Amino acid sequence: MQYTQLTDNDVRQMLDRIGIESIDALFQNVPKRARLDRPLCLPAAMTEPELIAHLGALAGANHGCDELTCFLGGGAYDHFIPTVVDALAGQSEFVTAYTPYQAEASQGALQAFFEYQTLICQLTGMDVSNASLYDGATATAEAALMARGANGRRRLIVSGGVHPDTRRVLETYLRELPMELEIIETPTGLTDPGVLRKACSDETTAVVVQSPNFFGCVESLERLAAVTHDAGAPLIASVDPIACGLLKLPGACGVDIAVGEGQPLGIPLGWGGPYLGFMAVREAFMRKLPGRLVGATRDTNGRRSFCLTLQTREQHIRRERATSNVCTNQGLLALRATIYLSAVGRTGIANVASLCLSKAHYAAERIAALDRFELAFAAPFFKEFVVRTRKDVGKVLQHARQHGILAGVALGRWHEALRDCFLVAVTEKRTRAQIDALVAALKEA
Amino acid sequence: MTSNPDRIPRPDAPPPLLFEQSHPGACAVSLPAADVPTVKPASVIPADLLAAVPPPLPEIGELDLVRHFTRLAHRLFSVDANFYPLGSCTMKYNPKINERAAAMPGFTNLHPLQADEDVQGMLGLLHTLQTALAEIAGLADVTLQPAAGAHGEMTGLMLINAWHRSRGETRTKVLAPDTAHGTNPASCTVCGRHAIPIKSLPNGRVDLDDLRKRVDEQTAAMMITNPNTAGLFDSHIADIAEIVHGAGALLYLDGANMNAILGVARPGDFGVDVMHYNVHKTFSTPHGCGGPGAGPVAVRAGLERFLPTPHIVRRDDGTYALDHDRPDSIGKVRSFYGQTGVLIRAYAYIAALGPEGLRDVSEKAVLAANYVAARLKGHFAFPFEGPYAHEFLIVPQLTQHGVTELDVAKRLIDFGIHPPTMSWPVAHCLMIEPTETESLATLDAFANTLIHIANEAATQPDRLHSAPQHAPVTRLDEVGAARKPELRWRAAEPQDKSAGQQEPPPRIHKA
Repeated sequence: MQYTQLTDNDVRQMLDRIGIESIDALFQNVPKRARLDRPLCLPAAMTEPELIAHLGALAGANHGCDELTCFLGGGAYDHFIPTVVDALAGQSEFVTAYTPYQAEASQGALQAFFEYQTLICQLTGMDVSNASLYDGATATAEAALMARGANGRRRLIVSGGVHPDTRRVLETYLRELPMELEIIETPTGLTDPGVLRKACSDETTAVVVQSPNFFGCVESLERLAAVTHDAGAPLIASVDPIACGLLKLPGACGVDIAVGEGQPLGIPLGWGGPYLGFMAVREAFMRKLPGRLVGATRDTNGRRSFCLTLQTREQHIRRERATSNVCTNQGLLALRATIYLSAVGRTGIANVASLCLSKAHYAAERIAALDRFELAFAAPFFKEFVVRTRKDVGKVLQHARQHGILAGVALGRWHEALRDCFLVAVTEKRTRAQIDALVAALKEA
Repeated sequence: MTSNPDRIPRPDAPPPLLFEQSHPGACAVSLPAADVPTVKPASVIPADLLAAVPPPLPEIGELDLVRHFTRLAHRLFSVDANFYPLGSCTMKYNPKINERAAAMPGFTNLHPLQADEDVQGMLGLLHTLQTALAEIAGLADVTLQPAAGAHGEMTGLMLINAWHRSRGETRTKVLAPDTAHGTNPASCTVCGRHAIPIKSLPNGRVDLDDLRKRVDEQTAAMMITNPNTAGLFDSHIADIAEIVHGAGALLYLDGANMNAILGVARPGDFGVDVMHYNVHKTFSTPHGCGGPGAGPVAVRAGLERFLPTPHIVRRDDGTYALDHDRPDSIGKVRSFYGQTGVLIRAYAYIAALGPEGLRDVSEKAVLAANYVAARLKGHFAFPFEGPYAHEFLIVPQLTQHGVTELDVAKRLIDFGIHPPTMSWPVAHCLMIEPTETESLATLDAFANTLIHIANEAATQPDRLHSAPQHAPVTRLDEVGAARKPELRWRAAEPQDKSAGQQEPPPRIHKA
C-alpha cells in the first residue's frame, strides 16, 4: 500500500520547479558513508486485504476478555464501556487533531479538556486538575517529583499498599536524583498510621499511598493525611476513580495530590495501554503541576473561549528549568474519560460503584466459604480482594483458565510472603452466574 | 421560561459546558440491576471512609451528550479536514486501516496481566515491531514502552546513565545544540543531569569548535536531532560522533525528524548509540488532540541489557514471552508494557508500506518540502540554504507593516490551513513541514495562500492583525488566562441560584 498521492507526473513537475533532475539530489547533505546502500530488511509491503487478514490472524491468536471471564485487576479493570464513548471519541476530528496550541483552531479539544479538568476535580474533590498524564504509575512518579520541587526534601515514603509496579517506576525515576525511597510494609493489608508516624521526619518529601490499595483494601486517607501533615509533608494518594462514586473523596480527606489510573473511565483494557494518568491538586500546587493545563478566557469579541495556559512552566519556554519533561497529555483518553463521566453522571458513578461493591462482596463471601480458601486480609475492601489458598495457586488459576475463567492475579511475582495468594477483581460487568462459575472452578481445582 | 431572544442559542454559538447542561435525573448509561444481594456500603466499610453523597458530576441524556461532543468535534482543525504543515510534528495522514487494526476485539480486550500463552498474537506483533524499528534505526534492540517522545528521551538518558555506571562512572553533563527541542534539556534535568547548550553555526549546523570546547570526561552524552530542527541534515554528523565518542560519551538521537531518512540513512550507521522514535510522527499514528503517542527507544549492541523491564523476547520454540528477569535493567518506566493501541497502528503502517514504501515516504516528504520552498522563493526570507530535509524555515519580511509571524499564522486559519510551528528555532520564523501525504494541488494551494497573505500584509495589514475572522473565536486573551487562571468550571454561588441567575450567556459579536 502507499499513502502518498503524488504521481510520477507530479514528481517530474515538482523536480522541474525545484530545478533538479532527481530526488537523490535532495539528499546531497547526507554523507555517502552514512547512506544505506540496500533496501531495509523488512517484510514486503501488503495490500489492504492482505493486511486485514494478517492483522485479523494476529488478533485471533489472542484469548481476551470477550472470550474469557475476567476477574483480573491489579491496576486494569474490565468495566463496562458505554457505546457513546467509542462513537464520540472515535470522531476523526478528535482522533486526527494535534495538541491545541492554536486556540482559535482548537476550541473543541480545549473545551473538552477544560471539562475533563472540571470532572476530575468533581470526582476527586480536589481544586485543580491538569489535562492528564501518561498513566497511573508515571502520574504517581510525577507527583513525587512535584513534591520534591516544592519542598526540596529528599526522602520519599511509600506505602507497601501502593501497586508494586508503581513502586518500581518510582524507583526508576528517583534513582537518577539525590533522593531516597522508603517502603512502609503493610502486613495487615493497610498502612499503619503509627508506623508511618515513626518513618516521617522533616526530611520527608511526601508520603505516597493508594486507596483502595493494591490488595483492594480501603485506606483511611484522613488519618494518613493527618500523620503526613504533622511532618510538614504532602500526602500523595493514588485512587480508583470508580471508588470515588462511593468513598469519601480525596479532597475531603486532606489529600494534597490525588493521582490515579484513569483506565476504568471508559478506556479498553487494550493489553495495558494507552491508558490515562490523572492528577489533581490543592490550589497551592497549581503552578507546580506537570503537563498541560487548559484555562478559560475571552476572545477579542468577549466570547468565552479556552486556551492552553501557564505554559511558562513548560519545556519549550523553561527548557532545563522546567518542572517536568512531560509535554503532552493523553488527549484522546482524557476525552474518553470526559465522555464516560458525563455519560454515567452523578447517579451513574454511584450505581457502578455500588454494583462493584455488592458483586465483589458476594464473590468474596462465596470464595471464603470454600474449603482451603480464605481472605488474606480482614480490612474493608471495595471491588478487589486477596484470596489465600492452601492449594497451589498456579494450578488453581490454570484450572479456572481451562474453564474459560481468568480467576485472578497470582501475587508471588511481587510479594514473596503472598505466594499462596491471588488477587480477585469483580466489576459491575460480572454476573452472578459468572461468579458462581468462578467459585465452582476454585472448588474443583 | 425566558422570552429573551438573546438566550436562544444560535447555531454558531459556543456549546455550553457539560455542567451548564446538567439536568438532574438524566443519565446516558443503563446497567442491569444487581443480581446479587445488594450490600449496604456502611455494613462493610467504616462510615468515616464513605462519602455522604456521590460526586457532583453533571447529569445528561444520551442525545444531548452526543450533540455536545459532536459540536465540539466541529470546532476543531484536524488532519482529516485540514492541511497541517506543522513543522517538527509530521502531521501526515493517519490511515484508516490502522484504526481498524487497533479496534480489533482480539487486541482491545486483552488484560495486561494475562498469561503469555493467551496473548501470543499481541506479543508476536510487538516483537516484530521491535525488530522492524531496530532495522530502521540500524541498532541492536528496541523497547516499545515509553509513552511519548519526551518519555523516550528520559528512558534513553537513563539507559546511558546505566551504561556509564556499569563502567564505574557517573557523568553529569549532557550536551545539546541550542536548537534542540525543549524537552531535551528538560529530560536531562529529570534524569539529574545538566544540559549544556552547544552553539549552532550560521548555516544551521552544529559548531564543531564549540562542541570540542565543551565536551569532556564529565559528558555523558550528546543529544542531537538529525535532520535538525531547521530542517537540515548535518553533513558533519560523522565528526560529531567521533568527537563525542572520543570523550567516552554516547550519541543520542532525538528521532523527531526520522520522516526524512527512512531507508535512506540509519542512525546506527552514522554513529548514534541510543535514539527514540515518535511513532505519532514518523509512523502515522494519530495525535488525538495531544496524545496518546509512543516513543520507542533503540540501542546499540552492548546496551540491550539495560532496557526497561519487562522485555518482549522470542523463545527458541518460536513462541513469545515477557522477560521480567533482567538484573541490569533500568527497571520499570511505566504501568504495564506500553501504548499498545498506538503500537498496533505503527505496526500496521510499516507492514502496509514495506521497505520500498518507507523509503518512498521519506523521498516524497523531502520532495514536498523542497517544492513548497521553491514556490515561496522571492516572497519570504529563508534563514538557511537548501536543499532541505522534510521541513524548512521561512521568515516573513513583513515587519515594516507591523505584521508578525503570528499574524501570518493566524491568517492561515481563515483559509482553513493549520498554522505552521512558529518562532522557533529561529526568531520570527515559520517552520513548514508539508509531509509526503499531501497532493500537489494542496501543496500549490498552500503556497498560493502564503503568497497571497504576504501580499495582504503589504496592502491590507489589518486583515492579518485581526485574523482569524472565520474561526469559531477570534484571538484570545492568553495573558489574562495566565494571570488569573480559571482552570475549571465552578457552580454558581447558592445566592445567585436563588435569584435565578445562571452563567451569563455568551456575548454574540455584533459587528
